[in-house]
Amino acid sequence: MTRAATLERRWGARAWLLLVYAFLYVPILCLVVFSFTAGEITTQLDGLSLRWYAALRHDDELGAAVRLSLQVGALAATAAVVVGTAAAVVLARFRPGAGSGVFAAMATAPMVMPEVVVGLSLVLLFTHPMLQPVLGGRGVAAIWAAHTTLCAAYVSVLVQSRLREMDRALEEAALDLGCPPWKVFFVITVPVIAPALVAGWLLAFTLSMDDFVLAAMLSDPGSTTLPVLVFARLHHGLKPEINALATVIVVVVSIAVLVANRVMQRAQRRRRAAMHAALRG
Amino acid sequence: MSARADSAPHFPAEPDYLRIEGISKRFDDALAVDNVTLGVRRREIFALLGSSGCGKSTLLRMIAGLERPTAGRIVLDGEDLAEVPAFRRPTNMMFQSYALFPHMSVAGNVAFGLRQERPRLTREQIDARVAEMLELVQLQRYAARKPHELSGGQQQRVALARSLAKEPKLLLLDEPLAALDKKIRQHTQLELVSLIRRVGVTCILVTHDQEEAMTMASRIGVMSEGVLLQVGTPDEIYEHPSCRFTAEFIGETNLFHGRLEDGRLNGSDFPAPLAIAAEAMPAPGTEVWLSVRPERVVLGRQPPAAVNGNVSINAAQGEVDEIAYLGSHSVYHLRLGGGGRRMIASVPSAHWGEASAPARGERVWAWWLAPDGVVLTR
Amino acid sequence: MSSGPAAPVPAPPRRPFFLLRGRFWVASLPWAWLLLFFLLPFVLIVNVSLSTPDLAVPPYVSPFSQPQAEGRPVFPPAFNPDLGSYRRLGDEVADLARPGAELQYLRAFGNSLLLAALTTLCCLLVGYPFAWHIARSAEGTRNTLLMLVMLPFWTSFLLRVYAWMGLLDSSESGLINQALLALGLIDAPLQLLYNSGAVLIGMVYSYLPFMVLPLYANLVKLDMRLLEAARDLGARPWTAFVSITLPLSWRGIVAGSMMVFIPAVGEFVIPDLLGGGGVLMIGRRIWDDFGPNQDWPMAAAVAVVMVLLLIVPIMVFHRHGGRGDGAGEAGP
Repeated sequence: MTRAATLERRWGARAWLLLVYAFLYVPILCLVVFSFTAGEITTQLDGLSLRWYAALRHDDELGAAVRLSLQVGALAATAAVVVGTAAAVVLARFRPGAGSGVFAAMATAPMVMPEVVVGLSLVLLFTHPMLQPVLGGRGVAAIWAAHTTLCAAYVSVLVQSRLREMDRALEEAALDLGCPPWKVFFVITVPVIAPALVAGWLLAFTLSMDDFVLAAMLSDPGSTTLPVLVFARLHHGLKPEINALATVIVVVVSIAVLVANRVMQRAQRRRRAAMHAALRG
Repeated sequence: MSARADSAPHFPAEPDYLRIEGISKRFDDALAVDNVTLGVRRREIFALLGSSGCGKSTLLRMIAGLERPTAGRIVLDGEDLAEVPAFRRPTNMMFQSYALFPHMSVAGNVAFGLRQERPRLTREQIDARVAEMLELVQLQRYAARKPHELSGGQQQRVALARSLAKEPKLLLLDEPLAALDKKIRQHTQLELVSLIRRVGVTCILVTHDQEEAMTMASRIGVMSEGVLLQVGTPDEIYEHPSCRFTAEFIGETNLFHGRLEDGRLNGSDFPAPLAIAAEAMPAPGTEVWLSVRPERVVLGRQPPAAVNGNVSINAAQGEVDEIAYLGSHSVYHLRLGGGGRRMIASVPSAHWGEASAPARGERVWAWWLAPDGVVLTR
Repeated sequence: MSSGPAAPVPAPPRRPFFLLRGRFWVASLPWAWLLLFFLLPFVLIVNVSLSTPDLAVPPYVSPFSQPQAEGRPVFPPAFNPDLGSYRRLGDEVADLARPGAELQYLRAFGNSLLLAALTTLCCLLVGYPFAWHIARSAEGTRNTLLMLVMLPFWTSFLLRVYAWMGLLDSSESGLINQALLALGLIDAPLQLLYNSGAVLIGMVYSYLPFMVLPLYANLVKLDMRLLEAARDLGARPWTAFVSITLPLSWRGIVAGSMMVFIPAVGEFVIPDLLGGGGVLMIGRRIWDDFGPNQDWPMAAAVAVVMVLLLIVPIMVFHRHGGRGDGAGEAGP
């Protein structure tokens, strides 16, 4: 290939990347910009002010929804890591037996199943006349269970691929050195797959924080999560306050992601440097 | 192993320390280990040798308790291991990948097995034992390092120290040197043997490298397709292979196929019927193979002079097809007479003396004494 | 040598009773969870789809009725399915040929499948070269580029859809309309919001990361030497792409496409916010029957039909993409 063609190609690639990133980020940028308007219209900058951030701070309804979402998210993520990891261990470590095909299908299906269907099916479960006394009907617990089911599927796929990458001899060596199986899991397996567990928890947390359909279908008047509240407000007149909320979320998420990325890269760099040192000396 | 006990007189009738009786392992449809019976003596270094997938690793894993036998029994020092789970067996294994715990330091790795002991050892006992082990493998300075901060050879020594720390009754080595560079490997082989001898542990090692097995082990078991074909000392296995597989797998050899008639081997692999040593004569009409090691073959420009006594000679004229010069010796590939009959001969470089070595295309004589051929029936 | 004297070979040890095995208990947690919160709910959907709507809580009468004899329930209970909900769907199929038929459910199904297919196609066309270029960029920048794809995904989904409401607003204050008016390209604001086009843009925007990640995970593993070999053997770039890159990245394509298509068919939020009343999609039909209409049997019947329609793509996803290879890293 000629040099000119290579150059042309590289610029083509850059242009495409730029275009798609613009598609991804321009809408978010607009949200951020108009959160600083002093006016009432969400798409016009009628002077600059922070009045919508102040409104955000004094919005008790919103505060309650955020707190509930954080609680449900943390609880659902924790449960999802437990259930999803157990499922991943079954899928990646146990010899396939009767019903393992059904199990594998059930473990990943919530990931792709349309949320309306999953939501409807869970509503029917929680409102079933015979099960309602046991499960407690719709409400926060129902939302938690629904989110756990959805997130466990993602966690199980993530942890499963990590388990398959892991050298099984590590577990066997621990066993061989006299460590009983249950202890092997906690002393060897968990530390080795820890990055996947952390990633899984964070993913589950964001999925739960972000879920609208399941939460809306399973909520009762006392359990309005943030997305349910936002959806209601989008239907009852738009205010730049929502832009302010979006900006806060974007900033918080960006900082979290940047920190996580920095930590991971530093760990990787340190590891690489140590390896170089070992090979030299 | 009773069948071989007579051929190893330097070990008098000591009972087997480890007895493996009729062990088989079936994976789905494949029989990975097929009814293996084997005995290993105390303080012996025993090598299981075979190509990859021959079942040697599966056998080792069954001894360690990592694989459940389909049939058979394993008895170590008088204790039947069948009901003993892996984590309670008095065996320790060094894994091919070393399997060092990446999140623990070198000292942590070595201490891991000691921490599992019940009743518990005190911290002082553990620390002392770890220090002793690290000194044994000369890694005291590296106690605080993480495994990925060590070179391959150092990692191997940590793995060894870890598996020796609990003073196992049986040390299992799974391809102990496969992960090392060829250069370090030869040096490490001897180091490893002297260390195991010093500790005095009984050891089974699994390898696909015949040189490694012959260097390190006092006895070797050759495996193929799940079957244990032959057990013996390295020289027994090399000089007296019991079957074609062993003969061809260990070192190089010339195999001549045919039937026994009138005390000679008739076949199409050699221009003339072959004389064989009288003591190992199977029944006439039997299908046999004659294995002749290349270094037993003599080359010359003249036909061989008659040998005195009743030793017969097998000789044939052939054309030099290919010569591989290897320094101390050269390997000659000969074409015997016409057709596809071929053989190889390994000739010391000093053999030709003042005369020049034969060149490609030259016709030479090749011969060997009848007792140098080994008759194989399978 | 292998078989010693024909001594009786002892039988292997028996495994412990299953309740004493740790594995049983490890497996029982996810099994129990999935049976209770995934499989049982699906059985209930089928059950409710066969029941009669009723003004009660919950708003249906189960097809299972429990006759009493001498004051004690009789087993098995009677099963009287009400096929009314499915009949309504069947009637629409029968009406297909009749001009002017209303066909609310069939049209919704058709719209959903079409829009989901279009979304998948657009995501693939945008995402494939995108993922390719990320996978082929320098190792250091790769992480950053990937993170930039994920970042919008981690912020609120609803708020990103809301952002498009502002961009596409059909009044003069809509951001795109504002820009076009300012540039003098148009005289009157365009009708951008509340149509299928708006829904399509919103769906592509929301689902793009689901396509990019499995594709990236696949393409980054592609051995570039294969392409060099193909070029060395005289293949033109296009031929090399079709005969090497495409077949090797097939699993990523399948995984990504299924992860976009399947949820897109049932999408409810985007059609609701960007489509307005004009774009009827099946996810919204279920939502309306479930919510305002309080016709749970109908919602359940539609859900059952949707799952039946999606069973083939779901199986394909499970077979080809659902394991480690693509979807593993697809977890955003």
